Amino acid sequence: MSEIIKIENLKREFVVGDEVVRALRGLSFTINQGEFVTIMGTSGSGKSTLLNILGCLDVATSGEYYLDGVSVKDISKNDRATLRNRKIGFIFQSYNLLPKTTSIENVELPLMYNREVSTSERYKRAVAALEAVGLSDRLKHKSNQLSGGQQQRVAIARALVNNPVMILADEATGNLDTRTSYEVLTLFQNLHNEGKTIVFVTHNPELAQFSSRTITLRDGHIINDIQNNRIVSAKDVLATMPKEDEQSV
Amino acid sequence: MDYRNLIKIAIKALANNKMRGFLTMLGIIIGVASVISMLAIGGGSKQSIREEIGSMGSNMIMVSPGNGRFGGVRQSASSMQTLKMADYESIVREASYIAKITPTVNASGQVIKGANNTPTTIYGVNPEYLDIRGYVVESGSMFDDNDVKHANKVCVVGKTVVTELFPNGEDPLGQIIRYNKIPMKIVGVLQSKGYNTMGMDQDDLIIAPYTTVQKRILAITYIQGITASAISEEYTDKAIDEMTQILQSNHGIKIGQDNDFNVRSQQEMMETMSSVMDLLTVLLACVAGISLIVGGIGIMNIMYVSVTERTREIGLRMSIGAKERHILFQFLIEAVIISVAGGIIGVVVGVGVSKIIAMFGTPTLVQGYSILLSFAVCTITGIFFGWYPAKKASQLNPIDAIRYE
Repeated sequence: MSEIIKIENLKREFVVGDEVVRALRGLSFTINQGEFVTIMGTSGSGKSTLLNILGCLDVATSGEYYLDGVSVKDISKNDRATLRNRKIGFIFQSYNLLPKTTSIENVELPLMYNREVSTSERYKRAVAALEAVGLSDRLKHKSNQLSGGQQQRVAIARALVNNPVMILADEATGNLDTRTSYEVLTLFQNLHNEGKTIVFVTHNPELAQFSSRTITLRDGHIINDIQNNRIVSAKDVLATMPKEDEQSV
Repeated sequence: MDYRNLIKIAIKALANNKMRGFLTMLGIIIGVASVISMLAIGGGSKQSIREEIGSMGSNMIMVSPGNGRFGGVRQSASSMQTLKMADYESIVREASYIAKITPTVNASGQVIKGANNTPTTIYGVNPEYLDIRGYVVESGSMFDDNDVKHANKVCVVGKTVVTELFPNGEDPLGQIIRYNKIPMKIVGVLQSKGYNTMGMDQDDLIIAPYTTVQKRILAITYIQGITASAISEEYTDKAIDEMTQILQSNHGIKIGQDNDFNVRSQQEMMETMSSVMDLLTVLLACVAGISLIVGGIGIMNIMYVSVTERTREIGLRMSIGAKERHILFQFLIEAVIISVAGGIIGVVVGVGVSKIIAMFGTPTLVQGYSILLSFAVCTITGIFFGWYPAKKASQLNPIDAIRYE
């Protein structure tokens, strides 16, 4: 299996006033293709900083980061933007869909910034991505006409549309109720089964059981990196849940 | 293709905020419309002045006696006797840039027909006067050179004189009117020219052979002026120089001495009037231009609000791969679309307003350059005032922007 992410002695320091805050104090790990990794940590553990670096939004103070074989250390802002556009699919806690915009237009957005994709291909791929997340009947719905779970699924479709090497989710279930969370997790597990590489950043320890690997951070160090051979199926959990939620929806 | 997408994105963003976009545009619309209509008013007034003066004969040149002294006392032009028939004759003989020429004498007085009378001016000229001044005989005919030669008591009258003397609509042709007790036969009636820009009634006159006016009315031998027309407008200056030289040598005026006559062209008058109108137009346009700038500041203001309001959106766009220049151009294109669309509507409104103003009597002329100018100005306004907010948007840190509350 090829290495999607390779991190060597990664450090990130912030200068706040006179003080130097060491957010990441030398991390090293690799993530292979097809892994579903949960990065866990309490607030202040450095997981957001790590997420920013993994997402090519920020660069490390020192250390190496290879994304799909490309060193993301000394490349320009513009090249990092291209890297985000081609290799990463972002999913955020608060969905971040464009308001008053249809699902299809939201999903098309990353391809708008890729001049190699024609208008017709862009549309086709957006429809395919929305079908993959089970929203083929919601193509023309505007974001404010969708439920939270549906909005997050549109966001997942948006993350899939550019065929990224890695999906980077930041508390992707944080704003959803329990039942919808499991629905979204089911979707993630399906993507995982299809061979997608997923990095899921969360503070919620319960979510670890659904992924294949968990990396736990504390104070800028990795304190735990364990493989999970007994992945719990979110779909099964969903089936055991009482149906009463549906009435309240 | 890259930019086509950005234009689509910008249009989409504007469509999401139609009311706000329109209100922002309103500033530009009012600015452009007022610039265009102000320039149209200026242009219209200038054109009507030109037409008026042009209808009097744009290549007309007038020679009047001037700068005369009598024992150290400066004399008024009408009492001066420096121009003689010999001057007229030598210009006729020697000048090559002159098409038509007439000596002029005039007198004011009461003209009487039966129980009716009216004050008017009688111009003593030769038949060429009609062509120089652009008068047309409507009925009857102009007196001829024979009438001039014999100082016949014939005249051609203007419409105002006709209405005053013949209130019951009789045919004036062939009638005898009296001017200063001199009976004169009406041989022709002039077509009406109306009032000129200075408010003078151009139909309130009588034209008679200059010999008749000289001998029978004024009892003088000199002439009061010479009116001529250059062979075409562009030769006016040459014609003036030529006439000046002829008169200088006739009058024995040496270099450095003051001329005892004045040669002026209609063009000079036109230019003076035009320059006044130009100044007025510039002033009007400046005031209108200020409103265009205010409109531009409106764009800047709205773009600022828009950038702040859409910080999250900008963060998202950046995180999914938008480069700085993509964000910069998206907001710049939005600003330019607002200003250009405002400009187009402004042009339409401006032209419409000009037409409405014209219907109320003020002459207007929408000039092509004013449309181009205001269009260029509002595009530049859009870029200029849109640049800073767009730049600000593009330099947001995506990490902060995506989590902006």
